[in-house]
Amino acid sequence: MTAPSLAEADEALLVAQSREGDGRAFGELVRRYEGKIFRLAQHVTQNREDAEDVLQETFLKAYEHLDQFQGAAKFYTWIVRIAVNQALMKLRRRRTDRSVSLDEAIDTGEDTIVREVAAWDENPEQRFSRAELGEILDTAIQGLEPPYRSVFVLRDIDELSTEETADALGLSIPAVKSRLLRARLQLREKLTRHFKRKGDDAFAYL
Amino acid sequence: MLTCKDFLHELSDYLDHSLDADLRAKLESHIAECPNCWVIADTTRRTIQIYKGMDPYPVPADVQSRLMDALERKMAAKQKK
Repeated sequence: MTAPSLAEADEALLVAQSREGDGRAFGELVRRYEGKIFRLAQHVTQNREDAEDVLQETFLKAYEHLDQFQGAAKFYTWIVRIAVNQALMKLRRRRTDRSVSLDEAIDTGEDTIVREVAAWDENPEQRFSRAELGEILDTAIQGLEPPYRSVFVLRDIDELSTEETADALGLSIPAVKSRLLRARLQLREKLTRHFKRKGDDAFAYL
Repeated sequence: MLTCKDFLHELSDYLDHSLDADLRAKLESHIAECPNCWVIADTTRRTIQIYKGMDPYPVPADVQSRLMDALERKMAAKQKK
């Protein structure tokens, strides 16, 4: 009998082995998720140095509290929750004048504001190099308010379900849904500035 | 009849295919007649699609080795307990 290689090992097995003190198993879990946690941390903190700290603290805390992880949730959802908490603590430390929370009341006016409607080119992303496109996409996300940003990153980039996102961020399902809608509409508008069909003028709507 | 506002309210669930057939049909007949909502639905769908293709951020080697060193120290400390 040959054991499956670490890279293809089942996540539950890796978690179980890590709990038994298998450092290589935990190293594999780190390898699987570090890039996503690093991206999430940068989007929430908007600061490279803080994101590096958050990455490290997240995995150290996860290792330390591994016995508290309930197998019912996905491991990734669990570490996202740790990462979001660490990232918010960084933000609070930086902005000592006001507290920061993902639960903070957000503007409850129109939940669907659309200012610009313009059709896009067929493949607008081809007008840009990969690096330029990455810059456009990142800048657009950074322009979102933090509560929208983290919901969008988890739901639409990391492709967590609505329930998993709610669980990871400690939000209700309706809150995730309304923030996601706003985030998507705001990003659509930001990207429209770059991707709209040449010659189409924006026109007012609603 | 659905208004544009009703349509926008359901847009996320519409794009995620998480609506019942009845409401979905109503939304589809709305965008068939409303060019603005059609454009919004199309460009929002493409926005989501573009972001889905993004790669995770690469973790720089020095950051990764600091993380691994810190973890090793933590593991060693845990074993001593």
